[in-house]
Amino acid sequence: MSEINIQDIIKPENLVYEKTKLMTDKTLSYCPGCGHGTTHRLMMEVIEELGQENDTIGVAPVGCSVLAYEFMNVDMQEAAHGRAPAVATGIKRLWPDKVVFTYQGDGDLAAIGTAETIHACNRGEQIVIIFINNGIYGMTGGQMAPTTLPGMKTSTSPYGREIESMGNPLKITELIAQLPGTYYVTRHSVQTPAAARKAKRAIKKAFQNQIDGKPGLSFVEVVSNCNSGWKMDPVQSNTWMEENMFPYYQLGDIKVDGKLL
Amino acid sequence: MGELKLMKGNEALAEAAIRAGVDGYFGYPITPQSEVIEYLMAEKPHERTGMVVLQAESEVASINMLYGGGGTGKKVMTSSSSPGISLMQEGLSYMAGGEIPCVVANIVRGGPGLGDIQPAQSDYFQSVKGGGHGDYRLPVLAPASVQEMSDFVPIAYDLAFKYRTPVLIVSDGLIGQMMEKVELFDQMPRLTDEEINEKYPWATNGKPVGKEKRVLTSLDLDPHKLEKHNFKLQAKYKKIEEEEVQFELIDCEDADYIIVAYGSSSRIAQKTVQLAREEGIKVGLLRPITLWPFPKKPIDDLVVKGVKGFLSVEMSAGQMVEDVKLTVRERTKVEHFGRYGGVIHSPEEVLDALKSKIIGG
Amino acid sequence: MTEEIIIAGFGGQGVLSMGKILAYSGIMQDQEVSWFPAYGPEMRGGTANVTVIVSDERISSPTLTAYDTAIILNQQSMDKFEDTVKPGGVLIYDPNGISKHPTRTDINIFTIEGAKIAAEMGNTKIFNMVVLGGYLSVKPIVKLENVILGLKKSLHERYHKLIPLNEDAITMGMKNVEKLN
Repeated sequence: MSEINIQDIIKPENLVYEKTKLMTDKTLSYCPGCGHGTTHRLMMEVIEELGQENDTIGVAPVGCSVLAYEFMNVDMQEAAHGRAPAVATGIKRLWPDKVVFTYQGDGDLAAIGTAETIHACNRGEQIVIIFINNGIYGMTGGQMAPTTLPGMKTSTSPYGREIESMGNPLKITELIAQLPGTYYVTRHSVQTPAAARKAKRAIKKAFQNQIDGKPGLSFVEVVSNCNSGWKMDPVQSNTWMEENMFPYYQLGDIKVDGKLL
Repeated sequence: MGELKLMKGNEALAEAAIRAGVDGYFGYPITPQSEVIEYLMAEKPHERTGMVVLQAESEVASINMLYGGGGTGKKVMTSSSSPGISLMQEGLSYMAGGEIPCVVANIVRGGPGLGDIQPAQSDYFQSVKGGGHGDYRLPVLAPASVQEMSDFVPIAYDLAFKYRTPVLIVSDGLIGQMMEKVELFDQMPRLTDEEINEKYPWATNGKPVGKEKRVLTSLDLDPHKLEKHNFKLQAKYKKIEEEEVQFELIDCEDADYIIVAYGSSSRIAQKTVQLAREEGIKVGLLRPITLWPFPKKPIDDLVVKGVKGFLSVEMSAGQMVEDVKLTVRERTKVEHFGRYGGVIHSPEEVLDALKSKIIGG
Repeated sequence: MTEEIIIAGFGGQGVLSMGKILAYSGIMQDQEVSWFPAYGPEMRGGTANVTVIVSDERISSPTLTAYDTAIILNQQSMDKFEDTVKPGGVLIYDPNGISKHPTRTDINIFTIEGAKIAAEMGNTKIFNMVVLGGYLSVKPIVKLENVILGLKKSLHERYHKLIPLNEDAITMGMKNVEKLN
């Protein structure tokens, strides 16, 4: 057998997967095994497939994904901590024909930005919110988040989250689903190819709702891992997520086409 | 001649926003400026010009709606009063850093804290020294009449877009609540989306086909890059200081003494000038129209001309007086007089202070 | 000419709108005007007052401590503003509801039975126009025709049918003002 050289392999007919051109070539700043990168890719694939590359404005948060604007190859604004839904409101109200999304973590969306989140949802802003919930503040070094599970150890709950003094984990997704302003509310994960494919379908539905001018906000929560913050390896963290996070934050649709399930 | 109306300062500001072709107003009610959003809601500017008006859930949300809308190249505005403006400082700092244009009106009330709802000028420091975190300045216009509440709106937008910066209009409850004759300027067209794309290539409103994406951010984790960005901002501020100072001189030609006062205080001080001159005391009034950049040169000129003293009259415990002192540099006397906490000084009180602190002091 | 006026009474008596119509009348004859109300908690207690300045020149301070004319419509306002009338100035008041009448001798004091006349005319809402009429007969700083123009400007169109009634009220006020001292 003659030796195969690289030029024989890189041929268009051999192509089985291509990175969407809506992801830049910049190396992701996320830890290996983290769900952020996968979710970024799914979103950008969806925007490309929907042909919205030139009509989309994204809003990045403060948190691990603060640099999302470096990886997502669409027009982007970097918002102050928690304010992304207000920023997106300002954009969408003045450019109603454009596609506008926010990408936010749990600290950003469900702690400091709770008011902005709830009121953007309640006004029924026609935007998409992608919410990454990994139960911890990743960027700042693993502090307790509003979504940290009971008993879960973080650097600010070193003996585990104590409900009596630290409060309960906030199911903000169920909360905003109650508001008449939300049109589509769903919860997914991206830790396996099958889960990622499902999540992508949900993300696509969310963006399609906006393009179709459906009345209300589409909200996709992605329950994710934080292996460095949780102090586990990526495989352990995914197992831990499945065993602990999923029972509390149950996957699946919560509200579809404006109707609670 | 434009249309003549009797209007409150707050109403004139709102009407001017519509006529200046503002695309979006986002605000939260607070006394003494709620007439701005009330007027806009009643006027249905969406039917007149397509302008969007939205009552936000807070001042924090309002300023961030401005961040989003301003970042797309649209003309955006909010207004509030002191406690609400404090809440907006975060957003203003981000917009200064991200170089996003907008206009914010502060109808100042007494403080600190919840204070009261009566007129004050105690937000001078917050307005002219930056206000939020980081090294930045914002151009600050100080209207002294209802007419100027209208006239300064398009001027503020010219500055905001020329320099890609938030611009403050700093007034107070007196001018906001007062009615005066105002000549309204003619309707200016809102820019079309195409015009925005042509004029503002930085605006993030959807990546142009075949071009690079645009990003608006105030973040740069590399200190050397962030320093470079700061150099750029500082160069811009220097240019604004060189080119955008505005002020008014009243009866200063032969004046022995100068009152420095802006906004409402300048109106009161004008009466003091009349009273003083009736008594044969030669007093002039220097009214800063831009609080930042501060009119240093005219003050310097007056010092060189040999005036015997400056009285900074403000409805504050003495804030602008620091800038007057920095300019005068102890070459002649500088004192402060003002009532505060919502109390408005009378022209007679100002005259008494001039006599005791400057002339006889 | 500069006329500096304080109008003070209860909220609901039309104090602010009287001032507004007067200011608009000034604009109609090309004068400078300012109108500055007491706002906020001062209003909550039920009193209302407004400083109106009409002048041929640019107006300096829109707030004052002494006035050419005080138009007083309740006792609290009498207590507060009698002393603020400049010597030689004018104080006009509606004696209805006044228990302590003004005592100054260095000013010109007039009464106008605004409430009574308005009631007799069958519409208590025109009270403020009767008082305005009384004031204008003492100090004709604006022409009646300009007051009517001012009324048109400050009233919504759906109330324009009430302008003749308001004009009658002003005329009645002009006829019924009485000098006390």
